[in-house]
Amino acid sequence: MIVPIIFLILCVAGFFFTGLPATFLMNEMVIRLARNLILVLSLIIPVITGMGLNFGIVLGAMAGQIGLIVITNYHIGGGLGLFLSFIISTPIAILFGFLVGKVLNKAKGKEMITSMILGFFANGVYQLIFLVLAGTLIPFRNKNLLLSSGIGLKNTVDLAGIRYSLDKLIPFHKINLGFFQWLSRYPIATLILTLLLYLLVNYFLKTKLGQDMRAVGQDMHIAEVSGINVDKTRIMAIIISTVLAAWGQIIFLQNIGTLNTYGSHEQVGLFAVASLLVGGATVDKASWKEALIGTFLFHLLFIISPLAGQNLMNNAQIGEYFRVFVAYGVIGVALLLHAWEKEKARLSIDDS
Amino acid sequence: MNSLIEKIGVPRLIIALFLIGLILVAVYLKIPLSSLITDILVRFGMNAILVLAMIPAVQSGIGLNFNLPLGIVFGLIGALISIEFKLSGFFGFIVSILIAVPLAAIAGYFYGKMLNRIKGQEMTVGTYIGFSVVSLMCIFWLVAPFKSPELIWAYGGNGLRVTVSLESSMAHVLNNFWSFKIGNVKIPTGLLLFFALCAFIVWIYSKSKKGLSMKVAGSNANFALSNGIDVDKERVWGTVISTVLAAIGIIVYSQAFGFLQLYNAPLYAAMPAVAAILIGGASLHRAKIIHVIIGTLLFQSLLVVALPVINVLSEGSMSEVIRTIVSNGIILYALTRPGGDTA
Amino acid sequence: MELLQMENITKLYGENRVLNKVSLSIREGEIHGLVGENGAGKSTLMNILFGMPVIHSTGGFEGEIFINGIPFNPKSPEDAMKAGIGMVHQEFMLIPGFSVTENIKLNRERTNPTLLSKIFGNKLERLDLSLMAKDSRQVLDKLNMTVDEYLPVAGLPVGYMQFIEIAREIDKEQLKLLILDEPTAVLTETEASQFLDVVRKLSEMGISILFISHRLDEIKEITHSITILRDGEMVKTIGTDKISIVDIARLMVGRNIDMVKAKDEERDIKDEYILELKDFKVNMPGEKVKGLDLKVRKGEILGIGGLAGQGKIGISNGIMGLYETSGTIIKDGKELPLNNPRNSLNSSIAFLSEDRRGVGLLLDDPIDFNIAFSSLEIQNKFLKKIGPFNLIDNRTVREHALKMIEELDIRCTGPKQHTRYLSGGNQQKVCIARALTLEPNLLLVSEPTRGIDIGAKKLVLDTLVKLNRELNMTIIITSSELGELRQISHRIAIIYDGKVKGILPPDASDEHFGLLMAGETLDKVVN
Repeated sequence: MIVPIIFLILCVAGFFFTGLPATFLMNEMVIRLARNLILVLSLIIPVITGMGLNFGIVLGAMAGQIGLIVITNYHIGGGLGLFLSFIISTPIAILFGFLVGKVLNKAKGKEMITSMILGFFANGVYQLIFLVLAGTLIPFRNKNLLLSSGIGLKNTVDLAGIRYSLDKLIPFHKINLGFFQWLSRYPIATLILTLLLYLLVNYFLKTKLGQDMRAVGQDMHIAEVSGINVDKTRIMAIIISTVLAAWGQIIFLQNIGTLNTYGSHEQVGLFAVASLLVGGATVDKASWKEALIGTFLFHLLFIISPLAGQNLMNNAQIGEYFRVFVAYGVIGVALLLHAWEKEKARLSIDDS
Repeated sequence: MNSLIEKIGVPRLIIALFLIGLILVAVYLKIPLSSLITDILVRFGMNAILVLAMIPAVQSGIGLNFNLPLGIVFGLIGALISIEFKLSGFFGFIVSILIAVPLAAIAGYFYGKMLNRIKGQEMTVGTYIGFSVVSLMCIFWLVAPFKSPELIWAYGGNGLRVTVSLESSMAHVLNNFWSFKIGNVKIPTGLLLFFALCAFIVWIYSKSKKGLSMKVAGSNANFALSNGIDVDKERVWGTVISTVLAAIGIIVYSQAFGFLQLYNAPLYAAMPAVAAILIGGASLHRAKIIHVIIGTLLFQSLLVVALPVINVLSEGSMSEVIRTIVSNGIILYALTRPGGDTA
Repeated sequence: MELLQMENITKLYGENRVLNKVSLSIREGEIHGLVGENGAGKSTLMNILFGMPVIHSTGGFEGEIFINGIPFNPKSPEDAMKAGIGMVHQEFMLIPGFSVTENIKLNRERTNPTLLSKIFGNKLERLDLSLMAKDSRQVLDKLNMTVDEYLPVAGLPVGYMQFIEIAREIDKEQLKLLILDEPTAVLTETEASQFLDVVRKLSEMGISILFISHRLDEIKEITHSITILRDGEMVKTIGTDKISIVDIARLMVGRNIDMVKAKDEERDIKDEYILELKDFKVNMPGEKVKGLDLKVRKGEILGIGGLAGQGKIGISNGIMGLYETSGTIIKDGKELPLNNPRNSLNSSIAFLSEDRRGVGLLLDDPIDFNIAFSSLEIQNKFLKKIGPFNLIDNRTVREHALKMIEELDIRCTGPKQHTRYLSGGNQQKVCIARALTLEPNLLLVSEPTRGIDIGAKKLVLDTLVKLNRELNMTIIITSSELGELRQISHRIAIIYDGKVKGILPPDASDEHFGLLMAGETLDKVVN
């Protein structure tokens, strides 16, 4: 519990230096929670299955982006476009998840660094595909997507067609009542979907498969001897994680409104993992509570730190670097503590 | 035939064939080979010491040192201080190293101590410690009390420049030292000699009693223990040497490049170095000087030759993409081999 | 009616025949004891019956198994479970973070179908925790266990964990045969007697029990019949009431040992001690030494025997300072600092580890470096000074290796061959060469012939005898194979529960050795 408390203190202290009105901050936080919670959620199941923090959700984010690029190519916008992008990205995410799972099964005990390097590697392949093959081997109907040479995707893809298509799915603004007008300022549909997915994951953990995952996460050997197919269970965990990440990325981008073709997915793993850890999760323990608390605190810090830096040191950049440092630092410390505990457990194994 | 492939190693074979293919295309496209070779020599020399830093790390048993940025930032500090005092040429270069080495050694010592408490997880933790160090140093670059106009923004912004030109200080001091031309190929004699010197020191150390103890500690900790070796101490030693080499490595790199790159530039600095030594035939548990030389040569040649070839064939930052795929691909390959065998 | 029949079971690991035509049959509700020394083949037999993957990845087995007269060929533990066979392993198969209930119902959870499970398959059925708890309560009651079924297993006393494992097995409705592998090893005396009551109760319920134990009194007390294995052969199957503990012990140990030692070769060893251990404790996992006293005479070969897990391996490792040690070691009349391998090596002690490949060798370094390294590290030999550097002198290293290769007849392609590619026997010789290079006066040898084929075994043992005779080197040899101890030692200390149970001459009777190894006192023989 100590980690979230430290961050809470940091946030509260920082808040006084920002001079921001609390209501503004809270409004901003609701929006940020809505667009980030599912990405963070996608990390929980691999942690429970004992595979650590899945930096491989970058591949899920890519699957989501592929879905978005396809619908933009065919000029399909609105709710239908969004729905289609979900439909398209899901099988791709399942395939990616399967591949990641296969690779991680070959690197048991080194899952985290492997998933991280896998993310970098996939990023290279992704760039290769969209820089060189797009417009040449892969035909594009929407020429606006391509660079002037006709080869390679532009750096940014305008997602105006589906912007807010989930956030404002329920047309509160059409009801001319104060309460509904107030509601319409918030991404209610997104929050409802998020809630549903959280409930779904929670339900899932109480199923037979969820129990198998917990068993595998606690002790692979015992699970194996008890007749649980360990490798298959681990692959399932990664597939679910990857699919959730794909959906999470679509929801994130429909709120942002533009897709940074070669950059949007890069930091997904970093920020989601940092969020979960700030909430007090560890490498082998995480639940919806940590995801919720962590996302809130981490993004609060995200808003606050540049402003606090500006007001305190007269330098907004300090705050910006500070929050990046926090993201890396919190992951570094979490990994350090985890490895430390493991080493201690190894040394004290015969003390009993 | 199979045994030959096994001896060379599949990854090396693929990369070498790919490289040969690229060279053939380059010849076909009439890209002058002499400039390519000049580039390859320079890039080999400027990267090889960073790759060399992997050797003591692997030999002492901490595995591939993903925390290269730790040494790098101290190398940068050394160079910055020497510029701040308006030192230039060889003198500036030497002073940079003299400042950087003790700082890196101290940092390496504490990092090594830390690694002893997390055996088996060095790579994962090291990567993120490295990222943290780089991002923490970003703040430092912003607030560091440097005054030299070479270093800070001309229009009076905050902190150090993102890239600091070394033109007026130590740029190319090694590259130009005793450099000569064979045809159109320029040989950066000083650069190559300096690498040779570093490699020689690492090699002679690995043949000395101290170095042998370290190697044994790294290749079989239990064996070392039963022979009265303090394994933890040897691991700290390996970490210190590796970190120091990283600091020296970045100074050499920067003088050849002509610029100091601050802020986020060192973030992924470990990846190409790790990739290069793996391409050279090292594994997570075994690395030799020859792996450094083969690996750096193959990897850098690939990047140098790929750049103009691809620029003719297509556009965009393809060289960067190839680097990402090759370097992370080879690391991935090494990580997923059973028992971390030779890549 | 016969529940289980195993007929003519033969198993080879490579060239090594670990089971030879073993047959076994158990009636319904019978408690059948299985006894034998380490390496007699008990575990292999159980692994075959339980379908462990290790059997099939090494080429399967020969022979036939019938359950209720129906042929049965288990390919995986799941097959065995389906056929009604349960096993309680020596190490606990419990997940610490799970509750008692979750452990009992592990991978046999009770579930309820839901909408999602109808779409995505029954893996998504929801767990019915209350039903699972009810089931667990029922089996726990059968065992007279009062423990709360919702408690996490971590933190429960060790004795409870054993019962929970049993509860899990009897919760399997079709359970017909339960294999108990050393079930009382971790229990206290009271827990053990409670446990035996439970076993009897199970047998009354009609479940057959295959009971593996080193505690012969336990076997005698609880089983209906006994099978004795020795060196992979079945020695005897007999009703428990028809055999005495002494006879069991004799049959377990006895074998035809060619006492190669001619009388005239026995030297006169004086009562002069090279090494004394006092209240010696070693915290080696699985092989703890618990306050042992032992004196080693100069010039003798002292054998240390005993069953696995009793602490015999811990002694040498403790003397070398490789595991946390307390007590007193006196070497050549001087007290030896504890927990310091370098000091032990400096005091003319050398050690051949039982873990040859893990501790004894640098597998990816050449033979010559392996042989020279200890001496280089400890005694600064094989070095040459060039300027400020103290470098390895490859020429002397190589010359020395060539000499050793010839002396010990190490079969290799040359001194630069990596030790990984040598056979077990030759690897052991490299270890011996490394130890000899240190020129010790006390050599500790741990399991020197483990994993070595028979021909090479003899060579290794002969080498040790030769060192003892020609160089008057004192040797402490620790081995699980009593036969080889009796072949070369002057005295044999049997270790039981971390202490010396007794010291016997090599020609003492089989009963004596058997009883000491089973932790009995020798007066039983007299009775």
